Amino acid sequence: MIEIKNISGGYFNESVLKDISFQVNKGELFGVIGPNGSGKTTLLKTISRILPLKQGEIRIKGKQVSKYSAKNFAKLVAVLPQHSAQTFSYTVKETVSLGRYAHQSGLFQSTSEEDESIIQDVMKQTGVFEYRNDPIDMLSGGERQRVFLAQALAQDPEILLLDEPTNHLDLAYQKELLDVLKEWTNEKNLTVISIFHDLNLAGLYCDRLLLLEEGRKVICDTSNEVLKRERIINVYETAIEEHPHPKVPKTQMMLVPTFSNKQEDLIITKDLLKVTEERITLKTEEPLRTMSSGVTGSGVGWYTAFVNRHVDKNYNCTDHKLEMRKYLEKNGFYPNDTVGMMTAARLSDGDYCVVEADGFSALIVVTAGVGNAVDASLGKERTIEFKPGTINIWVLINGELSEEAFIQSIMTGTEAKVSAIQEMGIKDIETNTIATGTSTDSILIGASQRGKMLPYGGTSTPLGRLVGKGVYQCTKEALKNYLKRNNTP
Amino acid sequence: MQKQFIRMFSENKFIAYITLIILVVFTILLGTSIGTVSVPFTSIIQIVFSKIIPGLSSDAVDSMYINIVWNIRLPRVLLSGLVGASLAIAGGAFQGLLRNPLADPYTLGVSSGASVGAVVTIFFGLSLPVLGSFTLPVFSIIASFITIFIVLFFAQRIDRTMRVETIILTGVIFSSFLGALISLMIALTGDELRQIIGWLLGSVSMRGWDHIKIIFPFFIVGSVILMFHAKELNAMSFGEEQAKHLGVNVERKKMSILIAGSILTGAAVAVSGTIGFVGLVIPHFIRILWGPNHVHLLPLSALAGGSFLILADLVSRTIISPSELPIGVITALIGAPIFAVILTKNRLERRG
Repeated sequence: MIEIKNISGGYFNESVLKDISFQVNKGELFGVIGPNGSGKTTLLKTISRILPLKQGEIRIKGKQVSKYSAKNFAKLVAVLPQHSAQTFSYTVKETVSLGRYAHQSGLFQSTSEEDESIIQDVMKQTGVFEYRNDPIDMLSGGERQRVFLAQALAQDPEILLLDEPTNHLDLAYQKELLDVLKEWTNEKNLTVISIFHDLNLAGLYCDRLLLLEEGRKVICDTSNEVLKRERIINVYETAIEEHPHPKVPKTQMMLVPTFSNKQEDLIITKDLLKVTEERITLKTEEPLRTMSSGVTGSGVGWYTAFVNRHVDKNYNCTDHKLEMRKYLEKNGFYPNDTVGMMTAARLSDGDYCVVEADGFSALIVVTAGVGNAVDASLGKERTIEFKPGTINIWVLINGELSEEAFIQSIMTGTEAKVSAIQEMGIKDIETNTIATGTSTDSILIGASQRGKMLPYGGTSTPLGRLVGKGVYQCTKEALKNYLKRNNTP
Repeated sequence: MQKQFIRMFSENKFIAYITLIILVVFTILLGTSIGTVSVPFTSIIQIVFSKIIPGLSSDAVDSMYINIVWNIRLPRVLLSGLVGASLAIAGGAFQGLLRNPLADPYTLGVSSGASVGAVVTIFFGLSLPVLGSFTLPVFSIIASFITIFIVLFFAQRIDRTMRVETIILTGVIFSSFLGALISLMIALTGDELRQIIGWLLGSVSMRGWDHIKIIFPFFIVGSVILMFHAKELNAMSFGEEQAKHLGVNVERKKMSILIAGSILTGAAVAVSGTIGFVGLVIPHFIRILWGPNHVHLLPLSALAGGSFLILADLVSRTIISPSELPIGVITALIGAPIFAVILTKNRLERRG
């Protein structure tokens, strides 16, 4: 649809764009990204013939853009600019009607019935129909943006060029606008080239992206290919972390602020731990990055409080998450900052220890009750009555863990737990085979994310060895306490 | 309820045209009727019809009336109407094109050019044999055209795309320069001072059908060109880039509009001097009442400008009769307060 070959150009004598080539296909939503001053707007203005071309050529539908007449070009390409002058207060309808200018011919350029119906349609599509008789200077920025979008659509173009279309829009309208654009590219085969400041929006919606830096093309490829952490850090010269979108298979870029004060490396200590009959709690000054299977705060996140709460063995609640939140609130915790776990096991049976290695350390807390021990390897359905019993493991590390290290720590911790259970000879009460855990076990890996970098947590790495040993010891100790109490009448 | 009424009123441009056409006819009759000798409306209508339609006799009317109406008052009234219409329509077009509510027909320096032509004629007492008393308007109109082309030429030399800012700046510079030339001649002159000042303040007195013949063709050509560019003016109100995106051939259309507006201005200044205020305020007035759409703004401004100047002329020659005030003084004296009232009322309504 659009072929751009080795173009250079810009304002006056200075070439902003330097030897840029790319193609845009019909029906594509194509994004242009790059830091300020990288030539995004210049590129768009060169394509829309506002700025002259110094070298190279731009072809649309196989024909050089300079060969089109002003009106024919406007029938093919519409532009939604970043700013529009508004000296006089035209009504919304008058503004949108101007989009039909290129389609009207003859001396009087009267508005035909076809024009009129298109004008009505685009006003409805963009949701400005209800304001059609209001002057545009009385509308909000977002409404005005949609009026100019309606004007561009009234041109009935095959190609739509947008300069930061989401600029004045709030979140809901940003999504709405981009959803609509995406839909039009799919259904009406509209080709859209849009400049984005927001890399995440660009990544989410665009089929392909063009990344510019100082007037040169860095890369033009699919959005996940373009949005790579290293590349974005190089081009934008700022701290960025990439992260997968929770719902869509696209990469999102996260800014990393530089204000975090990393003075003290050791923030998790034994002294922070408070053990009562009712609960074990630990509060840290700085949030820990955690991966856990708690009742609240499960999954991945940042949390400052950790609660392992004792509940009665007959505890039964339809919405245990809500009940847990209420419990936390009542006891002075913020549920959104807290990883909460439950256990029917006696907390006094639990064990904790601090294990240390070269440059990092971990606090391990285990509570155990195995009335409900299960052999996971058999995968058998439970037939007998539920009996309380849970092993909850906390591994809180003073160190910086990678994502892999978190997952590997979970594996290592679990393996150590299984080993301790086997050594204590705990059996699945139903199958009478050696158990691997209970049916309601939870694990929490938390890390201060400061101090020593620990990239891996496998069983042969320093972190893995520390976690394995610590979890094994504490679990074994907790099980011993549990068994001792249960076997003595 | 009242808002709805205003909206209906503003949507229905038909009412606007009817109102203003009635106003024009009424002011023409009024302007022709009032004076040292009062002529009844019916006689005026009879005289006009008898002159236009051959064979219709005007015997029933006093021959003195015929002389007063046909040779003195009617040409004067029609001339002020044409001048008012030219200035208002050119003002509306320039404001739209230059996207500047302060622009008026004189922004480009055309009027200064025409004034230099006229002042030179008076200063040197020029009178060409063929032209006689028409030396002044002819010189003036020639001077104004030369000015337009020099201004546009320079603007284009400075900036090939002729951005609005460049045009305004070039116009201002030329106006200042030509204004200084006029001041120089005023400073050096002795006897002709009153005549020069009188001309500069603007006047339509002592004008006949021949002056109408001078301005009429330019008025028709200029206004027709501008009206055909109404949609382009609308598009250019949103900025030149936006106009380009909409498919307007901006450079060419801009040149046409500038030349057409300047033709109107030059011709108006040549026959009546520099009458201020009409070109600046009438388009604003119309915009407030009926919106900025140039398709209607231009013709409505022409109608309103015409009747406004006819009324202003009527006031200027009757208020301290038998002597006359310069019409340029009157336009501002009555125009400014009326405009101030409309503007404040409009702003208050919007807020409320």
